Amino acid sequence: MRRVLLAVALPAVLIAVWWVVSALAGSFFWPPLSTVLAVFPETWNADRIVGDVLPSLARLAIGYLIALVGGVVLGVAIGSFRTLRAMAEPVLEFFRALPPPVLIPVIALFAGYTGWTSKIVTIALGCLWPILLNTVDGVRSVDEVLRDTARSYRLGPVDRFLHVVLRGASPRIVTGARQALSIGVILMVISELFGANRGLGATIVQFQRGFEVPEMWTGIILLGLLGVVLSVLFRLVENWTLAWYHGQRQAERKG
Amino acid sequence: MAVSLDVDGLAKTYTGHGRDVEAIRDLTFKVQQGELVCVVGPSGAGKTTLLRCIAGLLDSSGGQVRLDGVPVTEPPPGMAVVFQEYGRSLFPWLTVRKNVELPIKSRPAFRKSAEAALEAVGLSDSADAHPWQLSGGMQQRVAIARAIAYEPSVLLMDEPFAAVDAQTRADLEDLVRTLWRRLGITIVFVTHDIDESVYLGQRVLVLSNRPTTVLADVPVDLPEERTQLETRSSPAFAEIRSQVWTLVQQAKKDS
Amino acid sequence: MRLWKPLAGIAIVAAAAEIVPRAGLVDARFLPPFTTMVRALGRQVVEGDFWLALGQTLGGWALGLAIAMIAGVLAGVLIGSVPFLRAVTASTIEFLRPIPSVALIPLVVLIYGSRIQSALVLVVYAAFWQVLVQVLYGVADVDPVVRDTARSFRFSRWGIVRTVVWPTALPYVMTGFRLAAAVALILEITAELIVGVPGLGRAIGVAQSSGAVPDTYALVLVVGLIGVVVNVGARAVERRTLRWHTSIRSEA
Repeated sequence: MRRVLLAVALPAVLIAVWWVVSALAGSFFWPPLSTVLAVFPETWNADRIVGDVLPSLARLAIGYLIALVGGVVLGVAIGSFRTLRAMAEPVLEFFRALPPPVLIPVIALFAGYTGWTSKIVTIALGCLWPILLNTVDGVRSVDEVLRDTARSYRLGPVDRFLHVVLRGASPRIVTGARQALSIGVILMVISELFGANRGLGATIVQFQRGFEVPEMWTGIILLGLLGVVLSVLFRLVENWTLAWYHGQRQAERKG
Repeated sequence: MAVSLDVDGLAKTYTGHGRDVEAIRDLTFKVQQGELVCVVGPSGAGKTTLLRCIAGLLDSSGGQVRLDGVPVTEPPPGMAVVFQEYGRSLFPWLTVRKNVELPIKSRPAFRKSAEAALEAVGLSDSADAHPWQLSGGMQQRVAIARAIAYEPSVLLMDEPFAAVDAQTRADLEDLVRTLWRRLGITIVFVTHDIDESVYLGQRVLVLSNRPTTVLADVPVDLPEERTQLETRSSPAFAEIRSQVWTLVQQAKKDS
Repeated sequence: MRLWKPLAGIAIVAAAAEIVPRAGLVDARFLPPFTTMVRALGRQVVEGDFWLALGQTLGGWALGLAIAMIAGVLAGVLIGSVPFLRAVTASTIEFLRPIPSVALIPLVVLIYGSRIQSALVLVVYAAFWQVLVQVLYGVADVDPVVRDTARSFRFSRWGIVRTVVWPTALPYVMTGFRLAAAVALILEITAELIVGVPGLGRAIGVAQSSGAVPDTYALVLVVGLIGVVVNVGARAVERRTLRWHTSIRSEA
């Protein structure tokens, strides 16, 4: 009970402050929260959800999955060969360090920037590097004794890949996937700011350009909620796949 | 009795950055089928190198290891290894049962074999726990269960009890003796503990300091029925113990 | 030599970027040969505009990062050291942290247009959470026994922060610095590219839309190299402070 109270108290206070201040301020940029909430349902009606929000999410999902599969496969390949790893390292470092939004003008050179493909490519390429590099590190960090165990018990290549390399690298893969998810959301939004188009990010910017401030705020709130929901979903998946890892670390800390 | 393991003139030199380290020089011994042989030596005597060469995890630089007459060039089918680092040789993402089943998954009735092996080490009740939920001694029991479920013709044990407390260690030593007598497998047990080697073995091979050779082959003439209390306090035990002890001291001085 | 492999890797990629367009595998209008990019870069670096844009990017990045570091560390130490504050703010932080900073783009455009404040707000917002969360981890990592010992010697609250909390949290602060430095650069470039805040990002956008393809690539190359320098530098700083600290943790 006390915990629930503590968890809800500050958000409630903050929302109340927002409500009161925005109502009193009468500022053009900060419309009353009551107005924002009032226009929310009509702004994000079924048409917008089907026509803008869902396509955005679909592009994010497709790009992210491509990056996940590609990053893990390439990461395992590079991580498994020392020479390849040493050679690829500086190049990978460069692509990791490249702020993902600069991919957009480069991709736009090739195919223009209108359709789904260019946006999905942007998301996939941006999400790829954190997953790839973390997978490489993860494969490298698979325990030496565990590798010896797998060899001396003559596990087959499939078992070795699934049960030793992939699972052993999974804590790092998850770390990379988490970083990639926030990059993916960023790219989902800004890939829609290039060129007039539909989508969640594009719609919000149209509100901004049309000075429809309360509607713009509903978009900001929606994006915020989306970020929160995605992080909760990610946490669920993580807890499910890495239960052993968290348990092991807890056991080590106690011991 | 047939020869199970035949180590003939084994040599291993590590070649590194402009500096060669001769770890093993001309090491020869034989292990008969069904024998329990202990290998002791001062720390740094290349015990682990020897074991890794026998297990086929490390290429030798000279000589040969034969298992049942077949030269060992990679981990052979009829060999199981129990590593010292129990915490690192078990798959933390698999349950105890799955750890035991993984190497034998392709065999018929593997579930039954795993069940029987867990029963034999007294871990039937913990089959569905994860390794890190168990104490160190229990984890090493899991590793032993995995080894015997594999039904090897030779079981290699690399200082398996070096990291557990004294009480647990005594229990595990008795477990190894019991399993060996019941299953009739060949065991090569590497240890730095002189008492342990005499208590467990039918023979004790004393290794020299680096570069390692066999310094002495000491037969252990103790009754097959051994108990921690009576065997360890018997005059015969004390005599063999001091004999091995003297040899190990000599090995240390020779460096 | 341990250097030849990484150098060979770079050489192979550079050679591929030279050969692929020359052989006509990819249209050279979209991917100019590597040497053409380098020549474009050579033209850029003798111009004042390039250095101005570089300075604007680095300046905006450094200022935003500095504000985020100071705010993140102060807030983190304060919240982390007071159990009541920690309990009250936990849910709010968990909720606000995953909100994508790009959600604020329309708002800052509306308020500041393409002035540098737009970039600053985005950079500070994104970097702040990275620092704050790491500092909170760090303060939570303080050994309660050490803290109680300090208290039993009647250290003042400030004394405890200075002698017990800060040294424990420092490695975490450095991890936060490394993560924040990378995120801050991403947001700085994003703001320049999308919002039009002056800097290298805007220069890339201008070069691309005016069809100066080799210059686009040259600037992308520069931005990537800045990213590498930032990452490597931050990692070196982090490692120096981590040397005396043995705790190993995964980064969030």
